[in-house]
Amino acid sequence: MSLQRTNGGLLRPLSSPYFLRILSLVAVFAVWELMGRFGPNMAIPPFSATARGLFVMLVNGTLPKAYIETLKPLAVGLILAATVGIGFGITMGLSRTVEWFTLMTFVALQVSPMAAVIPLITFVYGLGFTAKMMAVFVLATPGIILNSYQGVRNVNVSLIQMSQAFLANRPQQIIKVIIPAASNMIVASLRMGLGAAFVGIILAELLIAPTGLGDLITYYQAIGDYPNMYATICSLVIISAVSISLLKWVENTYSGARGRKKPEKQDMGDLAE
Amino acid sequence: MMRNHIIEVKGVCKTYESAGAESCEALKDVNLEFPRGKLTSLLGPSGCGKTTLLKIIAGLVPLTRGEVRIEGKKVEGPGPERSFVFQDFALLPWANTLRNVAFGLELRRTPKNDRYKIAKKYIAQVGLAGFERSYPDELSGGMRQRVGLARALAVNSEILLMDEPFGSVDEQTRRKLQEDLLELLKVEKKTVIFVTHSIEEAAYMSDRIVLLTPRPGTVMKVYEPKVLHRSDDPEAARRSEAYLDCVDQLWDILKQYVH
Repeated sequence: MSLQRTNGGLLRPLSSPYFLRILSLVAVFAVWELMGRFGPNMAIPPFSATARGLFVMLVNGTLPKAYIETLKPLAVGLILAATVGIGFGITMGLSRTVEWFTLMTFVALQVSPMAAVIPLITFVYGLGFTAKMMAVFVLATPGIILNSYQGVRNVNVSLIQMSQAFLANRPQQIIKVIIPAASNMIVASLRMGLGAAFVGIILAELLIAPTGLGDLITYYQAIGDYPNMYATICSLVIISAVSISLLKWVENTYSGARGRKKPEKQDMGDLAE
Repeated sequence: MMRNHIIEVKGVCKTYESAGAESCEALKDVNLEFPRGKLTSLLGPSGCGKTTLLKIIAGLVPLTRGEVRIEGKKVEGPGPERSFVFQDFALLPWANTLRNVAFGLELRRTPKNDRYKIAKKYIAQVGLAGFERSYPDELSGGMRQRVGLARALAVNSEILLMDEPFGSVDEQTRRKLQEDLLELLKVEKKTVIFVTHSIEEAAYMSDRIVLLTPRPGTVMKVYEPKVLHRSDDPEAARRSEAYLDCVDQLWDILKQYVH
């Protein structure tokens, strides 16, 4: 009974998860502010200056314009990575031959420091849009391929055997059993790909040729405007965190819908969809 | 002319080769016949190859030597005259009961309305009426196996192959499922091969019991228990002399293989 009392009243907000998250953010900002004002390094601006810079850049259009610039090669590279990555990952999972030839390559690519590959990309594709798109593609694809491949490989053998017992041919096994069973991991691989894509585009804009956000960061660093430089970096952190969370939400809704949604209609045709 | 024995197993051997390690001889020179319309159990300790033999008959696992004939025709793979009930249920987690039960028909490209009508009938027959729209994770173990059974019945094959179908459920559910299956088979009239490691289950359910030796599995003995009134009065059947004698005799033989 005493437990009930402490859980109610004034102390109830403490148990809310949102409260703790906000509290931790406030703590970080407070420390940041102090470090900025009284810290050893003048290159670290206080939180308040950074926040002000962020607000100003948003309002005067600098930040939105840079994002649109960055988003173009990011989007194209990501769509290409998703298409090729998922397609190839599934093929690798289904064919031992393809797997034998290619698995090591992608494992190695995934763990290599991709920043070292960027100069190679510049060498082949130059300094423009194509090069940046390829940087996104090269960084995002290995992870998508490997996760899609794992998803297919990890399908319960029992399910496949069951479909064989009921006379499924290979295309039916793939379409009706293997891909649906692997789809959770395939959707998860897209989330990984998105994170890698952000890294790719920023690396490209910093190392290949400055456009968009990379341009902003480089410029502000060069003129010593650290509040705006950090503001740009922070906006990137926020945007990538938000988009990955959004993708996670889509993922959850999707896997939830496949197993949980109860159809409203009564008639037979809708019962199993 | 209809053969008396619908399934014939002749000289079947199965060896699992693995690169580097020793090969594993799972089955050695198995010769068996399964009579039409009867329930035959494959009984033996773990590792005796009974599931392997069942899957060879199902056409899911290739044999190393020998042959299996169904109605005189050699088995090359799965076929419409056989359906399978899996120990771990093997239900599609993303499909509801109706779609799972209709799955065999879906693979045969039966039109949607037809296959759902058939599925509904068998869902009712296994006692799951009202659960058509439930998903596997909303069902208990016993209910999931009923779905598996309904799926195997829905394709209307002559031969039902069951791999320890009640092994993953508790004792009470198991007994209920055994009794319900026997009730169902009175109506459906199928040839059943039933793999089990439970002596009681084999003694209660079977018209014939095939005892297999531990690895490499081969036929030790074929029994025909005369357990009467199974479906009329299950409680009495489980206390009858025929049943208890059968259990004792089976245990006598099998216990020499328990270390």
